[in-house]
Amino acid sequence: MPKYTEQEQEVINVHNVFWEALANRDIDLRFSCCSENVTFIGTGLHEKAANKAEYRIMNEKGVNQFPEPFQIDFIWTNISMFHKQAVVTCEVIWKQSINGKISSELVRSTTLLNYEEDAWKIVHVHGSVPDYRLAEGEYMTTEKILLRNRELEQKVFERTQELGKSLAELKATQSQLIQSEKMASLGELTAGIAHEIQNPLNFVNNFSEVNVELVAELKLELEKGDIAEAIAIADDIAINEGKILQHGKRADSIVKGMLQHSRSSNGINEPTDINALADEYLRLSYHGLRAKDKSFNADFKTEFDASMPKINIIPQDIGRVLLNLINNAFYVVAERQKNLSGLEETYKPSVTIITKNLGDRIEISVMDNGNGIPEEIRNKIFQPFFTTKPTGEGTGLGLSLSYDIVKAHGGELKVESLSGEGTTFVITLPNLNIR
Amino acid sequence: MRILIVDDERDIQTLFEQRFRKEIKNNELVLAFAYSGEEALKYLDEKEQHAILILSDINMPGMSGLDLLSNIKQKYHRPPPLVMMITAYGDEENYNTAMKLGADDFLTKPLDFNQLKEKIKNIHHD
Repeated sequence: MPKYTEQEQEVINVHNVFWEALANRDIDLRFSCCSENVTFIGTGLHEKAANKAEYRIMNEKGVNQFPEPFQIDFIWTNISMFHKQAVVTCEVIWKQSINGKISSELVRSTTLLNYEEDAWKIVHVHGSVPDYRLAEGEYMTTEKILLRNRELEQKVFERTQELGKSLAELKATQSQLIQSEKMASLGELTAGIAHEIQNPLNFVNNFSEVNVELVAELKLELEKGDIAEAIAIADDIAINEGKILQHGKRADSIVKGMLQHSRSSNGINEPTDINALADEYLRLSYHGLRAKDKSFNADFKTEFDASMPKINIIPQDIGRVLLNLINNAFYVVAERQKNLSGLEETYKPSVTIITKNLGDRIEISVMDNGNGIPEEIRNKIFQPFFTTKPTGEGTGLGLSLSYDIVKAHGGELKVESLSGEGTTFVITLPNLNIR
Repeated sequence: MRILIVDDERDIQTLFEQRFRKEIKNNELVLAFAYSGEEALKYLDEKEQHAILILSDINMPGMSGLDLLSNIKQKYHRPPPLVMMITAYGDEENYNTAMKLGADDFLTKPLDFNQLKEKIKNIHHD
């Protein structure tokens, strides 16, 4: 005995084609069963379609998400017929393969069909999960995946924020370290600066005192009428005034240099006398170390290229590089002298600064006759925080910062070292005035 | 009386020549200058008998004033010249080392020339 009337069978046919088309991923066939005004409400939070286009997009997405065909088994189907309207309710087991795993869901759907023109068309679909299947926190598969995706997105967002925060903290720490490295090298400078200022001040004071005496003598000679002697004294006064001015300017430039050194580097490029800069920092470094350690002594020499042009650099930055390289050089020759073996009694610690004008670029070399840098650490010395000094004595940032500063000037910082013979750091800077 | 002044600051020569202008003019003093410890030793090797007083800076590149002092006191015995040390760092350590090495006096920068003149006068009278 047929289960359905002929009319009911027509409705069931449309209904089943609609479902099986989904299982077979035939979206066109599926929507041929639908009215132009079809709507849909599903179980999920946003499984809602207000028109055919939305519903179709939702279906296409679903199909794309699950590349393998579904299988649909009807558990039961119930149909109610009205005038040119029918309601079909069914429960299906919906099996799908996700990443090779079979998952099955029990789904209930209620479908409303209208007889439009000459065929039954689906006008509304309502999907749900049967009450007895809905444990708390249990969702349909697509919903589960969507939720999982949302959780993951949230996690990615949180992690990104955490990483951004860490990065900002690292940057802040780095700039603090750079500042403390600057301040540390300023501290090293202080004693040298005190000595370097004291000397010219002594000259200023001494020559001023001499001039007071000479003026008195000049008056005496004039009263006596010894014009020749008076002229000689006047010449001396003039020479002394020149000396006062010269030493006053020397102290002035030291203070200016010190201020520049402590200033943070928003420095601007200016044409700089490389030889004078190297000489200034060589003296500051030497006297600084001398003041700290009275037993320290080393020979220092300069071999300056007299044809050195003025080079466009940020003088306090390159000064910092020079100070750092020269301090290191004095440090290693002093270390070598402290640990002399009996065989090397003739060892004389020595640091030499050599400048060379090479036309389109210039070279500043800081050469020491220390023990040299062992081969195995030579490629590490420019890394931040690498130091061979005892804990607390070096930040390990000096050479790394120097490297960055020279690079920022479009130059290069290289090292040559021979075990037992010494090390030479070579700064190369472009001379941009020559094209 | 000949005084050898040792300092790496070259302007020290002008300063001393002006400060001792009268003494030089009256042939009471002859000043000689050396700009490093090494140069001072060379001078003494050549003209030992002439320098009665040596005034030396301590803080110089290369051979320090203290090295020079110990060198002079070990090498020259007949009689050794007087050596006065001058330093910008008037600290105890330098003072003690200088005295141990046989320094005859210890002066700090900036030099008090009136005091120095007194000291030189006293040497004269001894």
